[in-house]
Amino acid sequence: MIDERLVLDANAVAGDLAELFGIDLTAVIHRCAHCGNLGPMATLLAYVHGPGTVLRCSVCTDVVVRYVRTPWGTRLDVRGAAELRIELLG
Amino acid sequence: MTDRFVSRGFAGRRRDADADRAGRIPPGQYLTDGFPVLSAGPTPQIPIDQWEFTIEGLVRAPVRWSWEQFLALPARDWTVDISCVTKWTKLDTRWHGVSIDDLLAAVELDPRAQFVTAYSYGGYSTNLPLSDVLNNLAFVAYQYDGAPLEPAHGGPARLVVPHLYFWKSAKWVRGLRLIEHDVPGFWESLGYHNRGDPWREERYSGD
Repeated sequence: MIDERLVLDANAVAGDLAELFGIDLTAVIHRCAHCGNLGPMATLLAYVHGPGTVLRCSVCTDVVVRYVRTPWGTRLDVRGAAELRIELLG
Repeated sequence: MTDRFVSRGFAGRRRDADADRAGRIPPGQYLTDGFPVLSAGPTPQIPIDQWEFTIEGLVRAPVRWSWEQFLALPARDWTVDISCVTKWTKLDTRWHGVSIDDLLAAVELDPRAQFVTAYSYGGYSTNLPLSDVLNNLAFVAYQYDGAPLEPAHGGPARLVVPHLYFWKSAKWVRGLRLIEHDVPGFWESLGYHNRGDPWREERYSGD
């Protein structure tokens, strides 16, 4: 069961992701490394109230992306994304 | 310059109490009366008849308790101050639970065991030196403020290590693994400090 008070969709962290990757990631398709679900990054469940940010698969809730901002930079773990599909514009 | 003898003003007990509270707030923290809920994932729903707690790893034989067996272990009340790395500190939190010393009394430790991984329902983990959970420094709590521990705060049971930042106090704890070499946990592997002493402001790796 998802605790509605704590979870957002990944649009909430679109700014963070754009800063990290240099592109808008919300429409980028990811494949969950755990269950194989394909979907736009924006559909990930965002847990933003902890010490870092955790983006989880909307189907199996496994971790897809997690990152921590430290005073020295951002630490990012994308092991939970088996694939990202970034389409060319135009 | 004349030496003047200045007596301290009468402050009374209230200021003493305030000073006492101020002296219990680690650097960079603010005091809260609330109990913020922080989570890295969905709250696990654990049917109590399926809940279990395990001690494994560098022990002669692993030990596992059911909920009923866990409640039968020697337990006591704890009143402790807690500090979260997100900068809130809460004083005099009241818990009821079993000390890690009493849990470890049920196993025979391999002398190579130097570290502990606490792991949780939902996949969370955190790492601790064994010395940080012995001598009544840590416990597994199943009551908070006189009532069963709510799932949002880690119920049915959570680890509490009050002298370290609260991410070390793993919610929904499922077991302890005794190991020889330290293995960074969920936040420790992503830039948070390996030990997390609030009085030294050990927030991030490198602090």
